Amino acid sequence: MYDQFRTKAEGVSAEVHRFQTQTEAMDFILEFMKQENVSDTPNQYAVWAQCPFLEQADKGKVSDVNGLYFDINRERANQARVGISQVDWALADTGTLVQDASAIDKRLVSTLPSIHIALLPSSAVLPDMASWLSCVNPKNTGYISMITGPSRTADIERVLTIGVHGPERLVIVCVDELGGDN
Amino acid sequence: MQQEFKQSIDKAIHNKNLTGALGKFSEAYKVNRAKAYEGIDFEALRSTIAERKGYAAAHVDELCATFKKNAEANGAKVFQTKDPAAVRDYILQVAKENNVKTVVKSKSMATEEIHLNPFLEKEGIDVGETDLGEWIIQLAGQTPSHMVMPAIHLTKEEVSDLFSKEIDERLTSDIPRLVKVAREQLREKFLQADMGISGANIAVAETGSIVIVTNEGNARLVTSLPKIHIAVVGIEKLVESFSDIVPILRALPRSATAQLLTSYVTMISGQTPNEEGSMKNLHIVLMDNRRTEMASDPVFKEAMQCIRCASCLNVCPIFRLVGGHVFGKVYTGGIGTILTAWYDEMKSSEDIQGLCIQCGACKDVCPGKIDIPGLIMEIRRRLVKEQGIPMLQKSIFAVVNNRRLFHSMLRAASVAGKPFTKGKFIRHLPLFLADLTDGRSLPAIAPKPFRDVFQKIKQPSLPEKAVFYAGCLIDFAYPEMGTAIVEILNKAGIEVVFPEKQTCCGAPARYNGAYEVAAKNAEDNIEALLEQSDATYVISACPTCTVALDHEFIQTFESIGKTENVPRAKELAAKTIDFSTLVKKLVDEGRLTLKEGQQLGKITYHDSCHLKRTLKADQPPRELLTKAGYEMEEMFECDTCCGMGGSYSLKLPEISGSILTRKLTNIKNTGAPLVAMDCPGCVMQIRGGMDQDGSDIAVCHTAELIAKRLKDD
Ligand code: SF4
Ligand code: SF4
Repeated sequence: MYDQFRTKAEGVSAEVHRFQTQTEAMDFILEFMKQENVSDTPNQYAVWAQCPFLEQADKGKVSDVNGLYFDINRERANQARVGISQVDWALADTGTLVQDASAIDKRLVSTLPSIHIALLPSSAVLPDMASWLSCVNPKNTGYISMITGPSRTADIERVLTIGVHGPERLVIVCVDELGGDN
Repeated sequence: MQQEFKQSIDKAIHNKNLTGALGKFSEAYKVNRAKAYEGIDFEALRSTIAERKGYAAAHVDELCATFKKNAEANGAKVFQTKDPAAVRDYILQVAKENNVKTVVKSKSMATEEIHLNPFLEKEGIDVGETDLGEWIIQLAGQTPSHMVMPAIHLTKEEVSDLFSKEIDERLTSDIPRLVKVAREQLREKFLQADMGISGANIAVAETGSIVIVTNEGNARLVTSLPKIHIAVVGIEKLVESFSDIVPILRALPRSATAQLLTSYVTMISGQTPNEEGSMKNLHIVLMDNRRTEMASDPVFKEAMQCIRCASCLNVCPIFRLVGGHVFGKVYTGGIGTILTAWYDEMKSSEDIQGLCIQCGACKDVCPGKIDIPGLIMEIRRRLVKEQGIPMLQKSIFAVVNNRRLFHSMLRAASVAGKPFTKGKFIRHLPLFLADLTDGRSLPAIAPKPFRDVFQKIKQPSLPEKAVFYAGCLIDFAYPEMGTAIVEILNKAGIEVVFPEKQTCCGAPARYNGAYEVAAKNAEDNIEALLEQSDATYVISACPTCTVALDHEFIQTFESIGKTENVPRAKELAAKTIDFSTLVKKLVDEGRLTLKEGQQLGKITYHDSCHLKRTLKADQPPRELLTKAGYEMEEMFECDTCCGMGGSYSLKLPEISGSILTRKLTNIKNTGAPLVAMDCPGCVMQIRGGMDQDGSDIAVCHTAELIAKRLKDD
């Protein structure tokens, strides 16, 4: 199922990585931010929304990163290059990520920066939308986001262009060790 | 027809950008859509959607109430109204109470429908569309031409001009750069806006949720950044349960843009906190605007099953030629015609309903399983009922129904036109057929109609009988097709009976909305064709006629309440069979044998709309021709309409002509010297087109070809 998810997600231009441990995943993210020149200057910030991954992570490692913020508002997110959030499920047949995005921070970091890194517990990959229905009760989940690849448009002459209003890159980081709801 | 309307068609057809963009798109769309649906049982999927949406339409009051209760329990304010003006006033009131200066909008057809933007702008509120296509349209001061791709009619050069003006900087037509500019410009607006207005693609009663699909991500920003969010939702978007979103979300992106899923699907089920901790001010407007009325109409309730995917536009041969603007300002294409008739008024659809050539291509792909051409016919019928048929048409129908008079008039016209006759064609026809000769030569009217030819044919006396229904074209223009059919059936041991009293099948009247005339035709034909009670079959070699005999007589009686005639109509339908299906059957049964070892060379086949889509008989003629020894070379878009459409080519000759040109090109590109088809109407259109073109490609009815290929015993 993971393989199907990966194929479908890559099919819509998402980048997919998989790690066994949280430490490996964290190292990847730190390196990624370095590559993207995350720093304490406007348009180069990184913003990371509260999530289980972060709670379990080695705080020392992340607090060292210059320009990485956990305290999020729209101005900061708008000036961020990288936004990081954890998602709750994935759907294999369409390569889709699903997130309970009731907390506004999760939406700010996944909509405003040009790159969104989505952390996904590997065990949370489900076959399809029908199998996801029982995982959620919309009545107490005010805002659910499904994300399938980066933001795209074809509104000018039907030419596919990536990155309109949302991120132009979607980087999915699957973590085996990360316990999910499933 | 209004002059203005004719002019808009003319303008559209001559707009190379438009026809080029739409043409290219519709070609790619077919391939991509098929790919997106790979491994999915489309028929099963759309049956589920039709059932779920049909259920919702039948229980719309109940679902509105449940939705309101559940959404309000989650902190939304729900406002329900029948009146578009009340929707505008409500939004304005919320805006005023909260001192709103700027609004950002994500795509919403419902707000287009009620012309919300100009209304708010007049009140001094700045309204910004944020969907890229909608924003382009807004900058251009135009209306959307397509439900999913609003700016498809504009080129990148036009877009770069618009953007250059907006940001006061000369831009090139580099698309990625233009998209970047849009991102930057609109980002500021998002961050500043006091209110967000969105539509919704689905509203779930059970949970009080609204579901919004986008690719750009603008709806996520519209619903997240401003402190106030108003969603304007047409009540046809309601479904009963949360699980109903699954089939809709499976079909909508695939049908709309050939994607497995759009980049974003947003489900909002209540208030969520804003950045500083306050709760979102969330309003949901349930808008009726005649939808309840539509839902309780026995025929039009089907239109409530629409999920607004616009695939009916993408496959429509007329839409791809004229684009959206000819159809009007809000909803376009086939379904747009229907929605305009309701949400605006019946009269607004008077001209645009005539654009539909009834080819049925849209009906095949509609994920809501809506009989779009059928509903357009119903608009026609109701318009005619209200306004009567124009005098000219009335006199045409009177003539058409008097067979001998009709023939002698046509014949007189064709003889009168003699100086212009060349070979088998007449160049000019006086009378009402005059317009038909534009771009296409008409067949010379046969000196003797088939009804007279038939009397001279010597048939052996055979035990099995079949009734032959000729229809206008075989009777008057192509009697040789009739002769070929008699010959074939005789060889199979079937004697042909030709009831003298058979008359026009009523299709011309029906397609013009004159159902009373069509019903009279049906009655006369039923009586004539069932008289020979021992006949096994009623055979027709014109798919339009076959569909009339097989389906439409029944429907016509039902729509005008003459249900007492239905059983006889069904009796006729049970006996009716089209030429190729019957002959294929006779060959399979060994009652007819094709000559063996023939190498007849290349042939290509044109699918007539009614034969393929209503009668589903696209394979028998191909199998027969291949078996006879032809080498089938399929043409591009073999099942796209030829532009004939009965009297359509008479009323909208420019459109018909353009569609024909395309068809001729596709035929020529196969390199085959011969094209076969099963419809005398298509023969008339395509043969005439080839003749005007000076091409020597032969255009034949399958019957004419098969008659020559049978063994004598
Ligand atoms: S029936 Fe054909 S012409 Fe009419 S709306 Fe559908 S696709 Fe268009
Ligand atoms: S009528 Fe059918 S094909 Fe057309 S937009 Fe509606 S659902 Fe789509």
